[in-house]
Amino acid sequence: MVNPVQMLGRSALTFFERLGRAHLFLMDALWGFFSMVMRPRLLVQQLYSVGVLSFLIILISGLFVGMVLGLQGHYILSNFGAEETLGVLVAASLVRELGPVVAALLFSGRAGSALTAEIGLMKATEQLSGMEMMAVDPMRRIITPRLFAGILSMPLLAAIFSMMGILGGYFVGVGLLGVDEGAYWSQMQSKIDFSADIINGVIKSFVFGVVVTWIAVFEGYDSIPTSEGVSRATTRTVVHSAFAILGLDFVLTALMFG
Amino acid sequence: MHSRIVEIVVGIFVAIGLTALFFLAMNASNLASYSGDEGFEIVARFENIGGLKVRSPVAMAGVKVGSVSNIRYDIKDLVAVVTMTIDAEYLGEKKDILDENDVKQAVQFSQLPSETSASIYTAGLLGEQYISLQPFESADEEDEPYMAVGGEIVTVNSALVLEEVIGKLVFSITEGGGDSKDE
Repeated sequence: MVNPVQMLGRSALTFFERLGRAHLFLMDALWGFFSMVMRPRLLVQQLYSVGVLSFLIILISGLFVGMVLGLQGHYILSNFGAEETLGVLVAASLVRELGPVVAALLFSGRAGSALTAEIGLMKATEQLSGMEMMAVDPMRRIITPRLFAGILSMPLLAAIFSMMGILGGYFVGVGLLGVDEGAYWSQMQSKIDFSADIINGVIKSFVFGVVVTWIAVFEGYDSIPTSEGVSRATTRTVVHSAFAILGLDFVLTALMFG
Repeated sequence: MHSRIVEIVVGIFVAIGLTALFFLAMNASNLASYSGDEGFEIVARFENIGGLKVRSPVAMAGVKVGSVSNIRYDIKDLVAVVTMTIDAEYLGEKKDILDENDVKQAVQFSQLPSETSASIYTAGLLGEQYISLQPFESADEEDEPYMAVGGEIVTVNSALVLEEVIGKLVFSITEGGGDSKDE
């Protein structure tokens, strides 16, 4: 009779304990910013493996998403004789939503999972405790540079995604489907507002960058140090990141454009 | 050597990212057309603004010269008060004029003629609504030739509401039909 209730209580306690540990972990990692500034090479190394290695997938995905938007948008807009507004449709949907969201989803799959697996494996092979033995703080040495590399990369990747998408929409819309080139750009320029659309998109991608990288490094650091534990942690990273991105996107959109 | 390549690649990545942001700002948004100056405000009162919204364009002869910055309803006069922000490049000179009490006051003028009228039009059949300003030279030589900043446009044409037009059209057709039968 008591058992199910006890189980519920235990899982709730575990959940909140984990949530609290994740926040303390984040504070600790952010606090390491000052010691990281002293050694920027660690950050550059992580910017390479987190940002640069995600560059290609973002580039190609952005191009294809923009091309699909161009096709679909043209198909619908031509029903109303409003093909000239294709640029607005492509740019608005990319800058406001698809750029930050899809780039963050790809980023969590490409870089987040790699971070979790890397840190989890370091923990499983006792490299982290080895560092502590040598009086090297693994938070400063491992976690903080990865966290900041993710936070810095995400807005850049989202901007690249949006740019490639707009160019992809341009190739399909203007190149293949014959939308007027001047109308594509001028309508876009008159309807897309810098502060309302672009800055809000950058804020979104920044928030996603914090959340995705936070989840990734925490799951790795908190994983059970076995091969099964690391594999579960990696899966959780991708799943939780996707939930967090889409849920936060709704909240942010409601705040910004609601 | 290896770390040097990594640093160069990261540098390229950051540069491309910043270029993308710059591209979005300059090529895909209205930032390029945004001149640092705030511009100046003029006011017009309409009986009906139709679908006009804040940030709708204000045009003269089809050229965008500003945008709608505020819309409110004046419950005393029962009209909609539309505030437009016109680009600063259309600012005129400052002049001293005498007010009602014969006191000299410096007034900032614009380059818009004082008799300018404002109409709310629709771009295309289903397009968005915008304000069109039509300049008229004042017939009276005594008057100030230019509109003061913050001034009000007196001559206005309200938005054309499609239902009203159709209603009038149907009314005039049935009326006209009746007349022709009588003859």
